[in-house]
Amino acid sequence: MAGLDILSPEGLRLDGRRPHELRKIVFRMGVFKQADGSAYIEMGNTKALATVYGPHEVTSKSKILHDRVLLNCQFSMATFSTGERKKRPKGDRRSTETSLLIRRTFEAAILAQLYPRSQIDIYVQILQADGSNQSACINAATLALIDAGIPMKDYVSACTVSFVNDKPLMDINYLEESFRGPQLSLAVLPKSGNIVMFQMDSRLHVDNLERVLDLAKKGCTDIHALQRQTVHEFSQECLPSLTGN
Amino acid sequence: MSVDARLPKRRKKIASSVGIESKHIVSPGDVITEDTGYMRFYEFTVPVLAILTVCVVIKHHFRGHGTYIDGDKLIASVAGVVERVNKLICVRPFKTRYNGEVGDVVVGRITEVGQKRWKVETFSKLDSVLLLSSVNLPGGELRRRSAEDELMMRHFLAEAKAEVQSLYSDGSLSLHTRSLKYGKLREGTLVQVPPSLVKRCKTHFLNFPCGATVILGNNGYVWICPLEEEEPTLTDNQTDRITADERPPQNIQVTDRETIARLGNCVVTLADHGVTLFITSLQYAYDASLRHSVKELLKPEIQEEIAEVVRQRLLQEA
Repeated sequence: MAGLDILSPEGLRLDGRRPHELRKIVFRMGVFKQADGSAYIEMGNTKALATVYGPHEVTSKSKILHDRVLLNCQFSMATFSTGERKKRPKGDRRSTETSLLIRRTFEAAILAQLYPRSQIDIYVQILQADGSNQSACINAATLALIDAGIPMKDYVSACTVSFVNDKPLMDINYLEESFRGPQLSLAVLPKSGNIVMFQMDSRLHVDNLERVLDLAKKGCTDIHALQRQTVHEFSQECLPSLTGN
Repeated sequence: MSVDARLPKRRKKIASSVGIESKHIVSPGDVITEDTGYMRFYEFTVPVLAILTVCVVIKHHFRGHGTYIDGDKLIASVAGVVERVNKLICVRPFKTRYNGEVGDVVVGRITEVGQKRWKVETFSKLDSVLLLSSVNLPGGELRRRSAEDELMMRHFLAEAKAEVQSLYSDGSLSLHTRSLKYGKLREGTLVQVPPSLVKRCKTHFLNFPCGATVILGNNGYVWICPLEEEEPTLTDNQTDRITADERPPQNIQVTDRETIARLGNCVVTLADHGVTLFITSLQYAYDASLRHSVKELLKPEIQEEIAEVVRQRLLQEA
C-alpha cells in the first residue's frame, strides 16, 4: 500500500467517499423463479446473489430438530469473483466460517419455532468481491427470506466499518480491507436495535469502540431504509398476483 | 433451424386494477396495531360461542399467519397484505409454500416408501403422509392387510392425485385416495405454479373439449394429460376397470401432445402474469393462444398479449 493513503489530507477516501458515506447500493428481489425466494445486491462493486429454499422436509434425518426449523447456510465465492482466480468456490476455512456466521445471524431473526421438523436452505454467492462481503451476503439473504415468505422478527441489516487515522470508515471496500486495520462487521434488527452479529477482526482500542459502533449502527439503519423501500416496491408489483387480477 | 435469442430486460409491471391501492402492505418488523382489543382472544371477555369459533380460526391460521406479539404490539413477521377476520389479524405473504386445508385436491410425488405410510412431496412445509390403509387399489378392489400387499403397493404409485384428509398439529398433511377419482397419474406433464394462484372450485378436474384433462392441484401442481374417459360407473364390471387402470403405457398422438404442451404453456403464462387459475381463465388463455404456434407461447411479448386478453375478458364478465 506504499504511497497510497487510505484517507487523504482532505478527508476523502480512495474511491472519493467521505468517511461516513455508504457506497451505492442496488437491491433486486425475486430474481429466480425456481427458488422459493431470491435476491441480488450490489454494494458498490461487491455483488452477491442469495437464494432461499424451503421450508421443506429435512434432507438428512439425523439433523432433524423437533422444536424448531433447521437452518442450512452455504456461503461461496465464485471463482471469478476475486482479482486472482480462486481455486475452490467453497469449502475452505474462511467460507465455512462465514456460512456459520450467517446461520447464527438468521437463527436469531427467523421465527424458528413455527416450522418444527423442517429445513430452510440459504445459499449466498459472491459474484464480485470488493470488501464487506459478509455484510452484502446478510443483506441479500434477508431480502431473499422475505421474498420466500419466511416469518422473521425484523429485517437484518449489516454493515462493515473500519478504523483508520483516528476516523471510523463506513462500508469499506477491498483496498481498505487489505489495509488490515480493525474491522467490525455488525448486523442488527433495526426496529429494536438488537445486535445479532458482531465480529471484530484485529485490535481496536476500547475508547474508540463507541464511535465505530455508532457509525456501524447508523450504516445499518440506512441500509434498512433501502431494504424496506425495495420490499415495499416489490410488494406493489406482486399485489395483482395475490388478489388474482 | 432458426434460433431466437434476446437480451435480458426488465419485465413489465403487471397492470394494477381498481381497489388495489387501498391494501395495507406491511413487511417484517412493522407494527400492525397497538390496539390490544384485536388480541382479545387470549382473554375471556367475549361470549363463549365466539371463543369457540375464534379458537378454531387461531388454530387454523396458527402456522404462518404472519404476525407475532411483542409487548402489547402486534407486529408483522412477513411481507404481505394485512387481512382482518373479526378480531383476528393475519398477514398474507405474497409467496409461500402450500398451506393445506381439509378437502383440498393435491397432486404430489411419492418420495419415500415405508411399511405403513408413504411420504408424498406436495410443495408443503413438510412431506405429506399417505397411509397405506387410505389407498384404494385400482378398480376399487378390497385389500387384505398383509406383507405381500405392502410389497405390491410399491409398484403402484409414482405420481398421484389425492385429497387432504386431515391436518397434523405440526402442519403436515394426511392424504387419502379413497375414491376412484384419486389415484396414480399416468401419461402427462406436470407444471408448477404458486399455490395462491389456484382458485378453490367445486371441481379441480377440468375436461377441455380440445382433448385434454387438467388437474389443478390446490398445492400449485398442475397435471395435464390426454382426455380421460368418463368416470367408470359403479355398475361396471370390476375386472374391466382393473385392466383399464393397469393397461400398458399408452401411445399419445402428436396432436394430443401439442394440446398438452399448449395448455402447459398457457398455465405458465397465466401464472407468470398473476392471473388466477380456474376453468374459465384457462379456457380463455387456450382460445387466445390458438393464433400462435406452441413454441411461440414461450416468448414474453406473446405471453403478455395472451395474459392481457384473458384479463380483459374476465373483467368484462365481472
